[in-house]
Amino acid sequence: MSDKSAIRVSFTLNGAPATVEIDPADRLLDVLRERLGLTGAKEGCGEGECGACTVWLDGLPVNSCLVPGYQVRGARVHTVESLDPSALEPLLVHGATQCGACTPGVAMTACWIVGHPEILASHSLRELLAGNLCRCTGYDGIVAGVQAALDAGARA
Amino acid sequence: MHRREGLAKLTGRERYVDDLPLDDFLWGATVRSPAPRGRVAAVRFGKGVDWSQFVVVDSQDLPGPNEILLIERDQPVLAAGYVRHVHEPVLLLAHRDRVALRRAALAVTIDVAAEPAALDFRVPPRPDQIQYGADNVLKHLRIEKGDVERALATAPVVVEGVYETGAQEHVYLEPQGMIAQMDGDVLVVRGSMQCPYYVVKALTHALNRDEQHVRVVQTPTGGGFGGKEEYPSTIALHAALLALKSGRPVKLVYDRAEDMAATTKRHPARVRHRTGVTRDGKLVAQDIEVVMDGGAYVTLSPVVLSRGIIHAAGPYACEHVRIAGRAMFTNAVPFGAFRGFGAPQTHFAGERHMDVVAHRLGIDPAELRRRNLLRDGERTATGQVVNDGTDRVAVLERALAMADYDKKRAANKAGGATRRGIGIATFHHGAGFTGSGEVMLSSRVDVAGLPDGRIEVLSANIEMGQGTITVFTALAAARLGLTPDDVVVAEADTARVPNSGPTVASRTSMVVGRLVERACDDLRRRVNTGGRGDGEGLKRAIMDWHRAHPGGRLVGSATYERPPGIAWDDHTYTGDAYGAFAWAAYVAEVEVDLRTYATRVTDFVAVQEIGKVLHETFARGQVQGGVAQGIGWALLEDCKWQDGAMANAQLTNYLIPTTEDLPPIRVAFLENPYAYGAQGAKGLGELPIDGPAPAVLNAVADALGVEPTMIPLTPEKLMAIADLGLRNADSNNP
Repeated sequence: MSDKSAIRVSFTLNGAPATVEIDPADRLLDVLRERLGLTGAKEGCGEGECGACTVWLDGLPVNSCLVPGYQVRGARVHTVESLDPSALEPLLVHGATQCGACTPGVAMTACWIVGHPEILASHSLRELLAGNLCRCTGYDGIVAGVQAALDAGARA
Repeated sequence: MHRREGLAKLTGRERYVDDLPLDDFLWGATVRSPAPRGRVAAVRFGKGVDWSQFVVVDSQDLPGPNEILLIERDQPVLAAGYVRHVHEPVLLLAHRDRVALRRAALAVTIDVAAEPAALDFRVPPRPDQIQYGADNVLKHLRIEKGDVERALATAPVVVEGVYETGAQEHVYLEPQGMIAQMDGDVLVVRGSMQCPYYVVKALTHALNRDEQHVRVVQTPTGGGFGGKEEYPSTIALHAALLALKSGRPVKLVYDRAEDMAATTKRHPARVRHRTGVTRDGKLVAQDIEVVMDGGAYVTLSPVVLSRGIIHAAGPYACEHVRIAGRAMFTNAVPFGAFRGFGAPQTHFAGERHMDVVAHRLGIDPAELRRRNLLRDGERTATGQVVNDGTDRVAVLERALAMADYDKKRAANKAGGATRRGIGIATFHHGAGFTGSGEVMLSSRVDVAGLPDGRIEVLSANIEMGQGTITVFTALAAARLGLTPDDVVVAEADTARVPNSGPTVASRTSMVVGRLVERACDDLRRRVNTGGRGDGEGLKRAIMDWHRAHPGGRLVGSATYERPPGIAWDDHTYTGDAYGAFAWAAYVAEVEVDLRTYATRVTDFVAVQEIGKVLHETFARGQVQGGVAQGIGWALLEDCKWQDGAMANAQLTNYLIPTTEDLPPIRVAFLENPYAYGAQGAKGLGELPIDGPAPAVLNAVADALGVEPTMIPLTPEKLMAIADLGLRNADSNNP
């Protein structure tokens, strides 16, 4: 921390209580990566365009590069580290990941959609995934993987 | 087999350079030129910063020559009193606190006494703009076959056209970065890169160290597309200079804005065609001029130009061909390697021009291609006899059938607020280094037998998403009858792996994969299995060898050998440019909105013959990703230039395709095994970027009855020509 202005923030991180000293200028992405060592969320652009830093804030996907760190006080934050690896199998099988830099963000959006299939009544999968930029796959592998995960969820 | 590192990537456990734990380190930052050309009059350190707290490096701190060693030695590691492009590195800073470092970097002012800059590669330089040779030409290249002038003079029809392509930013999702630190007297540099031994070469030269005192380790690389071919050497040198001066580990990671502004992009190009053709559409002469913007230093422009001109005549038979190419010096940030490496620019021009020729002759564009595609026994522009047994017309027919081309061609162009059109491109891409390049690389791969019976593949070829780890695993396992769990693929660490060449040029599966297979064969010979040549028998033989040679290293090895019957003359630019070409036909369907002039791709079919598909999911993913990148280059990705700098260096206004900008991309493969590629494979990675832009623009031409010649074809550019085309259509059809 560069000065004495550190502030203390307590929140629920991946289901467990967390308390951390942060700089008022820290973004949630910095809090996770630099203060807490959770490097799953990636900084792809730092301005909310690419979605590589996607986490869930109180159950909704957000770009953690756009959330001031102090704003998560008392909130629930879930990161890619909280996901059940077995739920990600369909993404692996369908080639949803190549270089992997966008992947944690894609995984967070994908798992959120799978957990809220009712949203597909009003939005297409492609529309829901448009906030996650990928430069490797052309998106077909991602769309197929999420669809397969939805299908598996519907059968379960 | 699924991607071996796939679950680590999906769960966020994969650690990229910015994710690595590091103790007691400094952050590094680069201070850059604000001007495109001039003498550095002063470097001023602002007040309000305690500069004694910062490590400061300039060109005086280089232990060796101030040169980034690549093809030429003209590019300095840090500008020494003179700058040739905006964002040229002048000064390096390091500090333990990242925020303080950013403030300090902003407090440095670099005063440049401006001199006239050359900023448009398309116009001849004024005398006061000349900075390279007598004419600012970085490289001239020429291909000559037959007698073009005579053939043009007697051709029944001559069709001319000029085509332009813009710069393209790679937008690998992981920005570039390096960590440098000392380990005893060895300088260790880790980071995101495609070519570990290029970095070694650059470090040993400019830092005046021998190879024993430099170690380069590739970290998991979040995309490259060529953008991490040559540029990482610069960041590695900068991080190393700061580490050497401070005695501390230094982490130098670019944010997106710096990455987009300061690193390489695809070469902008202008290509002029003058084509002689018979009235029934047979090509008789192709006169092609290719001009590329090289930017402020030579970097890789000569070889990008080379690949560009070699592909410029397309996959067609024509007896009289002249291709003249030049790469121009300008005071722009140097352009560099990008997937396709010059061929996408020339294929765009050639394939767009084929449709212009077809329209002129009143022949369907597909039929024009059928009549001219190379048949076995015919020669390319460099005189390479194509004799691989692939039916290139069948590749086209497959694509046309999948896209329902004939029906859509007849039925498109609905009225109302939108117009529909369909367009094609047929093209080829040579895999591996051009000409004698692979011989000069002399790549080597090792496969070690481990004491527990497993094997380890050691190469310098890296994983950046394209699937190297998985494909090498599968190739080695298949070759030796092992399971994937019996195969380890070594980290690309130059202290351990041999130099198997750079991870570029679609060479990794085809060329290096073949070396993996041959190194496996060599390993098998060395353990003298005597009838236990595969699987469990081989594992037991490896374990037996280690019991007999405690502490020994059991290594099979293979070095590149030129396939027989291949010959290339670098002086006349004739002969076998590549060991093998992949062949493709792509079809795009578009819908143009006449209210907004936005073009939407509604269907895309990609058919290619690639020798052998090594991994169905990966191969399809390479094609879909390449097509997406090509559609972006064709319609969206617009680098805006201001005094030689990119004015839109952020993802908010440099747009790449999202899920909503693309249709499902339908892919089919044809296989005709290549005897000298791994399991018969030919290179694939670059091919799919060559076809989408011309296919999409040909579809727009079909939709509107106009001839667009420039990409990106943004709505603004289309508006300017579409109104004219629609008025013509109305006046013809009152």
